[in-house]
Amino acid sequence: MDKFGFTLSKARFIDYDANDRRVVDYIIEREPTLKLCIECGGCTATCSTGNFTEFSLREMNILLKRGENKKVRNKINQCMLCGKCILVCPRGVNTRNVVFLAKQAFQKFDGYAV
Amino acid sequence: MSDMGVNVVVVGGGVAGMEAAGQLARAGINVTLVEKEKETGGHVKQWHHLFPDRRNSMEVLTYLKHQIDHENITLLSGNTIIGFQRKGSGILIITNDGKELKADALLLATGFDLFKSERKEEYGYGIYDNVITSADLEAMFRKGELKLKDGGEPSKIGVVHCVGSRDEKAGNVYCSKLCCVTAVKQAMEIREHLSNSKVFCFYMDMRMGGALYEEMYRDAQEKYNINFIRGKVSEVGVGFNNKLVVKVEDTLAGRPLKMELDMLVLMAGMEMSEDGLKLAKAGKLNIGENRFFAPADHHFGSNKGNVKGIFYAGACTAPMNITETISHARAAVADIVDYLKTTSK
Repeated sequence: MDKFGFTLSKARFIDYDANDRRVVDYIIEREPTLKLCIECGGCTATCSTGNFTEFSLREMNILLKRGENKKVRNKINQCMLCGKCILVCPRGVNTRNVVFLAKQAFQKFDGYAV
Repeated sequence: MSDMGVNVVVVGGGVAGMEAAGQLARAGINVTLVEKEKETGGHVKQWHHLFPDRRNSMEVLTYLKHQIDHENITLLSGNTIIGFQRKGSGILIITNDGKELKADALLLATGFDLFKSERKEEYGYGIYDNVITSADLEAMFRKGELKLKDGGEPSKIGVVHCVGSRDEKAGNVYCSKLCCVTAVKQAMEIREHLSNSKVFCFYMDMRMGGALYEEMYRDAQEKYNINFIRGKVSEVGVGFNNKLVVKVEDTLAGRPLKMELDMLVLMAGMEMSEDGLKLAKAGKLNIGENRFFAPADHHFGSNKGNVKGIFYAGACTAPMNITETISHARAAVADIVDYLKTTSK
């Protein structure tokens, strides 16, 4: 019975303890409204980029909070910074600034070009 | 009980005001019940069936009318009060036609206004024919006719939760608390009226905290085949075929979703009534961040105001269902009776 175990495949789980949350800390310090996101998806539904690509700002928000930076880094440049998401957000998250700061943070901590 | 020789003015002839007036009268207190409309009953007058047991709202109205049928109650319908001030040990109240009412205590039961859904312009209320509100739908249920503007029968109907609630853009950060369960109730009723219809509820969170709410939610899924999609509707438009098109993210599937609908029902939230706000301003009564009357204490004084002799009952203090409103009105009566015993004699 004990062989059944309680393990998860490393490739599958979010390793919350090991993940790097410097990026999200950097953003929240400068744009605290990110903390208010309730994952309603209003931003994603209205997103100009999301209309044509797999880009989802709501997904970005939660991945940043979990420290899953790699997945965000690969996608965040798709955002055109049009700001429609700010208009629909019921929680007043300054979504455009979150994207902007995420780019800054990636450059600061990972040396990625903005 | 005999006449105590004290007078209480109750403002608002909805559920809270009627229940409180009846209870005060039975306690031997003279009550003047001021109602702005010709008829008492408040919002319940417009509703068809009530959650959680789907009782006909007329039964509640009948009960309330019976409550205020008492010799100690004077009804001033078609009247409002425009101001009040403390005078001696009591309160002097001024009505819209300049009448002065002397009272030992004043109970405000001014209730709520439904959120004006046209303020969420992106949902198209007042712009597109078949975008209606929860209140409009109740009126249709009352008539027994659930129809599109052109008289046709809707087959695909969407229900939008949180319209004007939990929405900073609408200026209301609070949860109106009753809209989720109203959505579930109305979705079930739509299916009963139109057995071939498909109903989709668009929600951010399902807040099923009241007695028997979760059971209704389960019934809606199991017995009524209602579909629930987790995402806040961001825009509503009209396609070439004249059908409504909603855009939402299906957040659990992680992809934007587009859907054509014949009809969309907006679950309008509850706001502090305009009349209540005017009184708050005129009488220097504290209001909360949500603009409802702020009670003196959230635990021990939810019926008491910050001005001596002023009490509150019902949805003028927070969104509240009918059960809670009746309890809150009775609690206000207990506080008032206690106040009159300790102060006015």
